[in-house]
Amino acid sequence: MLIEQTLAQIEEKFPNSILENTEFAGEQILHVKGQHILKVLTSLKANGFNFLADLTAIDNLTLGGYERFAVSYHLLCHKTADRLTVKAYVSDKKPSLPSVESLWKTADWQEREVFDLFGIKFKGHPNLVRIMNPDDYDGHPLRKDYPRLGRKERYDFPIVDRGINKQKRTE
Amino acid sequence: MNHDDIKSNVLTTTLESAINWGRKNSLWPMPFGTACCGIEFMAVLAARTDISRFGAEAIRFSPRQSDLLIVAGRISIKMMPVLIRIYEQMPEPKWVISMGACASTGGVFDTYSVIQGIDNFIPVDVYVPGCPPRPEGVVESLMKIQNLIDKEKLSDYTLSSSK
Amino acid sequence: MTRAIEQQLETDRMILNFGPHHPATHGTLRIIMELEGETVVKATPEIGYLHSGFEKLGEDLDFNQYITITDRMNYLSPLCNNVAYALSAEKLMDLEVSKRTEYIRVLMCELSRIADHLLNVGMLAVDLGAMTAFLYGFRVREDIYDLFEIATGTRLTTSYTLVGGLMRDIPEGFDKAVQKVLEEVEDVANDIETLLNKNRIWHDRTKNIGIISKEDAITYGISGPMARASGIDWDIRVNESYSIYEDFDFDVAIALNGDVFDRYLVRMEEIRQSIKICRQSLDRMPTGNVIIDPDFGFSLPPKDEVYNSIEGLIYHFEVTMPNRGMTPPIGEAYVPTESPNGELGYYIVSDGNRTPYRVRTRPPSLMNYSIFSKLIEGHMLSDAPAILGSINVIAGELDR
Repeated sequence: MLIEQTLAQIEEKFPNSILENTEFAGEQILHVKGQHILKVLTSLKANGFNFLADLTAIDNLTLGGYERFAVSYHLLCHKTADRLTVKAYVSDKKPSLPSVESLWKTADWQEREVFDLFGIKFKGHPNLVRIMNPDDYDGHPLRKDYPRLGRKERYDFPIVDRGINKQKRTE
Repeated sequence: MNHDDIKSNVLTTTLESAINWGRKNSLWPMPFGTACCGIEFMAVLAARTDISRFGAEAIRFSPRQSDLLIVAGRISIKMMPVLIRIYEQMPEPKWVISMGACASTGGVFDTYSVIQGIDNFIPVDVYVPGCPPRPEGVVESLMKIQNLIDKEKLSDYTLSSSK
Repeated sequence: MTRAIEQQLETDRMILNFGPHHPATHGTLRIIMELEGETVVKATPEIGYLHSGFEKLGEDLDFNQYITITDRMNYLSPLCNNVAYALSAEKLMDLEVSKRTEYIRVLMCELSRIADHLLNVGMLAVDLGAMTAFLYGFRVREDIYDLFEIATGTRLTTSYTLVGGLMRDIPEGFDKAVQKVLEEVEDVANDIETLLNKNRIWHDRTKNIGIISKEDAITYGISGPMARASGIDWDIRVNESYSIYEDFDFDVAIALNGDVFDRYLVRMEEIRQSIKICRQSLDRMPTGNVIIDPDFGFSLPPKDEVYNSIEGLIYHFEVTMPNRGMTPPIGEAYVPTESPNGELGYYIVSDGNRTPYRVRTRPPSLMNYSIFSKLIEGHMLSDAPAILGSINVIAGELDR
């Protein structure tokens, strides 16, 4: 089985980086320290996991976990149809991780989205600017301490002056 | 020409009725379709519900050549300046249909980045409820705009004091 | 007489804004292009004009309430989104649904796939000037909408599945209606192919435009018909079978060149394979319930029991009232499914409460669109609508 073999190899090679290796609903999850994620992913890619399906982050403020933010990478191996989730933990004091854009180009836009919505910086990313919110937006909306209704940005537009007065009629 | 010829070939009316009749039967819509309502608007243009029966076939994507703005879909805070600019580019007389729940009031999306109703910033003439509204609903709203145009008078339009 | 231009024309780079409101960008996309004459030198796409905070909403809505929000993501094939979310939630809570539910879900997914591909081919044709394919496709799409209305109640935002099953069973006579529509779809697909496959203008505008190589497709995370048109043999319905797709017999369409013409051919072939799957699903539909036993505490009982019996009412309240609700285990789940655009999956993290802790959509349009700036370099400005049309970007899914 590719997954068990690979996990055993990785745990041997990087004993200081791996925090834990759990399983839920039939899927394997590998928990890794944030700063060592590039080494671990390079080794996993060399072992056959050639497709990065998804890159996202979770704010563990009320869930608990090793650190506040967990960036999760979903990997897929086309040859054996195996999937693996790798979670990299990073704390909330100036959160930053090495970028994996050099391994998979798809990480470019997804890391920009994680930066925009969570505030985690990625070292080595070619163009780390906001992608979903306007460029002058303040704050990181998907953090747990950001209110869902926002901070009044959605009312902050001028009322259009039509230039003429038009008599309002109803049906 | 004798009297019978004139009666059968000449029509007299008021200037307002003639202008309103011309305007309402050749509205040129400009679809500002962003999301799911945009797909239902495409169904309005297609063969089963056909908006060209009302004279509104010339869908021009340029605001300078149209007089009916149909806002179909949710407007986010990044898109709002674009909508305001397009509204200001349209020449008078112009009418606005706000299609769907998201354009009218924000719809299901009560979040940090969706405008809760474009009528906070732009004057709207007709609202079409629904998520998305059926194409027949959009046709009904077009007919309501036609009724509104019918009632207009030339003295309705006056320059505002700021000009 | 020969004319020779003796002096070199001095040209400057021009920056053109293919703005967020434009007829050829499907939805709200913005591309800032640097042109040298007519050739595009560099293109920078900008997205986010439809960002609505779907993922933030997911943390405040119940597991069943969120299904109504999932329709609004990929609004050309909303039933595929509903099914993908329900599969993820059922994996998280370890629920097993009945066979009839699975067969109906497959039927609805394949009908949505036909609708999505028809619209995509239609919009690609309209952008390149061939309006007929759009009108033919829309006429038969209205019939598919009628089918959705019979089964689910609405045309577009269906919200048909529930965690643990479906909202309601399909009515009597639905299978005859579906068979009739499938014959019409076949006729329309034949008509569109007759018009476009051997058309000289179509070949000139779509062959050798926007070629994606196999390595690029893997490193940019591309999946679905775009990847299959570049030769990658990966279809999640076959390689990582979910729901009940193992019981069905169909082929996977693969092309070798990876240009716009190949993507169009792959989509037309997928329409025919979907018709085959729909027919097999109707032939073998088993009987049974479409919702799991409400005793487990995870599903809503059928409406006539809710209104007419006290147990039904109690089960209904146990799931929907604010201080009660489902009790999922603490954990996470992700089920990849094959949507018409590619790999779609919902990554749900739960902390034991009645609302999910984090819901993340894996949007196929975002990964597919990220290769656009590489594809357009070196091509002419008028190839941009062709490439955009073949990528099938849906702004609701791209920006969420």
